[in-house]
Amino acid sequence: MTVKVLSGNYAQSYAALLARAQVISAYPITPQTSIVEKIAEFVASGELDAQYVKVESEHSALQVCLSAAALGARTYTATSSQGLLLMHELLHWASGMRAPIVMGVVNRAVAPPWNIGADHADTMSQRDTGWVQFYAESNQEVLDTVLEAYRLAEHRDIRLPVMVTEDAFYLSHTVEPVDVPDPATVDAFLPRREPHAVLAPGRATRLGSFTGPDHYVDFRHDVGAAMDRVREVLPRVEQEYLALVGRELGGSLPTYRTEGADVVLVTMGTTTTTARGVVDDLRAEGRKVGLAKLRVFRPFPEDELRRLVADVARIGVVDRSFTFGRMGPAATEVSAALYTAANRPELTSFLAGIGGRDVTPHEVRRMFETLLSGEAPTTHWEDIEEEVKVDG
Amino acid sequence: MAKLTIPAQELMYSGHAACPGCGPALAMRLLLKGLGPRTILSIPACCWTVIATPYPTTALGVAVLDNAIEATGASVSGLRAAADAMHLKDVEVVGFAGDGGTADIGLQALSGMLERRTDAIYVMYDNEAYMNTGVQRSGATPQGAWTTTTPVGGGVRGKPEPKKDVMAIVLAHRPAYAATLNPSFPEDFDRKVARARSIEGPRFFHIFAPCPPGWKFDSAETIALGRLATDSGIFPLYEVVDGRLRITRKTGELKPVAEYLAAQGRFRHLGAEETARIQSEVRAEWDRLLRRERDDLSGSH
Repeated sequence: MTVKVLSGNYAQSYAALLARAQVISAYPITPQTSIVEKIAEFVASGELDAQYVKVESEHSALQVCLSAAALGARTYTATSSQGLLLMHELLHWASGMRAPIVMGVVNRAVAPPWNIGADHADTMSQRDTGWVQFYAESNQEVLDTVLEAYRLAEHRDIRLPVMVTEDAFYLSHTVEPVDVPDPATVDAFLPRREPHAVLAPGRATRLGSFTGPDHYVDFRHDVGAAMDRVREVLPRVEQEYLALVGRELGGSLPTYRTEGADVVLVTMGTTTTTARGVVDDLRAEGRKVGLAKLRVFRPFPEDELRRLVADVARIGVVDRSFTFGRMGPAATEVSAALYTAANRPELTSFLAGIGGRDVTPHEVRRMFETLLSGEAPTTHWEDIEEEVKVDG
Repeated sequence: MAKLTIPAQELMYSGHAACPGCGPALAMRLLLKGLGPRTILSIPACCWTVIATPYPTTALGVAVLDNAIEATGASVSGLRAAADAMHLKDVEVVGFAGDGGTADIGLQALSGMLERRTDAIYVMYDNEAYMNTGVQRSGATPQGAWTTTTPVGGGVRGKPEPKKDVMAIVLAHRPAYAATLNPSFPEDFDRKVARARSIEGPRFFHIFAPCPPGWKFDSAETIALGRLATDSGIFPLYEVVDGRLRITRKTGELKPVAEYLAAQGRFRHLGAEETARIQSEVRAEWDRLLRRERDDLSGSH
């Protein structure tokens, strides 16, 4: 184990290096670019023995990974925002082909207007593409989760693509000390990918094909079943990581000081760190508040959530993006999961940090106070001064 | 009787789903004869998605990866990268795309593949329209041709714009090898496949692929129509190695294009004036090819 001072982006790069990715393909986009620049250095210096395919678009980057994965290679790519949106079509191909691609995504706002700040609209728009989605809180978590992602993606019961996301700038360009495990330790945790020879040179094989409704439904069902199995496999993989590397990864919905809480706030990514401090302050004041970090968004941790709210009166969900005509996307998911809960707390969707705005401790405190007041609205935009009126 | 030089091996099986007289089916059959069993094909959405038959069957004796319509260039780059990373020996990576998937929506990925010098063969089988979806015009549809989106009537005379010169775009990337192939000339076809296999780097085939239902001709006439296409100068046969162009079939005087046009319902509406214009364009292009060949041969290129 070596401690290095790394940005979230370099944590992605080091994870791809440690995972011994065999084929890497990427296209530059702010604020992702330094991930693939660092990997280019690893490949150029010979540290990483990989084929690095520089492409003319994100769409092609993902296709390179798809085709390479179909032949059995371990692949890595990274993107952000518009690049992820351009990949959208192929995200469906990746899960449908059961390609165990791992992709780093730097969560960034989508245009227009142009904005490169942290925002989850890019990955939330990919909810239904059949990718496992992890949202990281720290650079350490980025590195650990990418390694975990390969184990999950390549697991024989899963074989699905996984994206590991990090908030733009708050993680992508902010450095922290990161424990980088030894290559030998990672090799023990993550051996070479088992050959998955659906597409075998020299044999009459076909991957992709076309089908009528008779078989198509089976393929879709199988993707869903594989996604569900992540719930069982994830704890086992994390147990192994703990045993070998000595770090807990936290599962799908790690909680903080939720014992006896009347009010719980659900956060994603870096907002969690800020909220943890606020929970400490409020607890010191005798307020019964707690925190849950939505670390895995797909598959959605509905059982964990129902258990969490057994004795909770109000729940707030902080979203860094908005589903137009509804509420925050994570809030809609939480809301749906609670429908079958024995205890159904009232719910508020907080929209905060959109387009890279800071989510300050002051703001998080106000969210808790709103929830504690007992008069929380269904949806609340943080710091919107006035509503824009449209004539007529 | 002359000895046949075309390889006997068959990697395209009976039971495929092509129409009678399908040019793309002939193209695939001849191509795989020359490429052999260690071919990995990447096929975007096109007629061949269907011709290869649905899951769980296949009409091809090689490994086939389906890909999104615009992504073939990237797909062959990915397959080649994986083959190299995994030290797979003696595999030939081949993209097999239609004209719409190449000239239109797939042009960017093709350009990328050529520019990054991917060691693979990219095939554009050209049936000159989106045939799988029912004959809509593509960038590769020739001027004057009827399609369902360039209907004839009300003053409209088929596709108003000329055919996109995909080969010129490809040659601007200086590929390792590029050639036009026509299943009506199987010896020339097979020789070009063999030549391409002996060369490393990005290689490009433009294959003439007549479509009886889309072009509206008798499915028994595919081979004859293909011969007419080349011998009238509509689809000249040539190859470009190291930037040097060589015409691989010359028969003295070109046959009149009127014969080629009259054989197809898609050109039925064309009058004498339009035919004369097409004739003069084909003649000019043929002369340009002859000049380029002469210049390349004398080293003044």
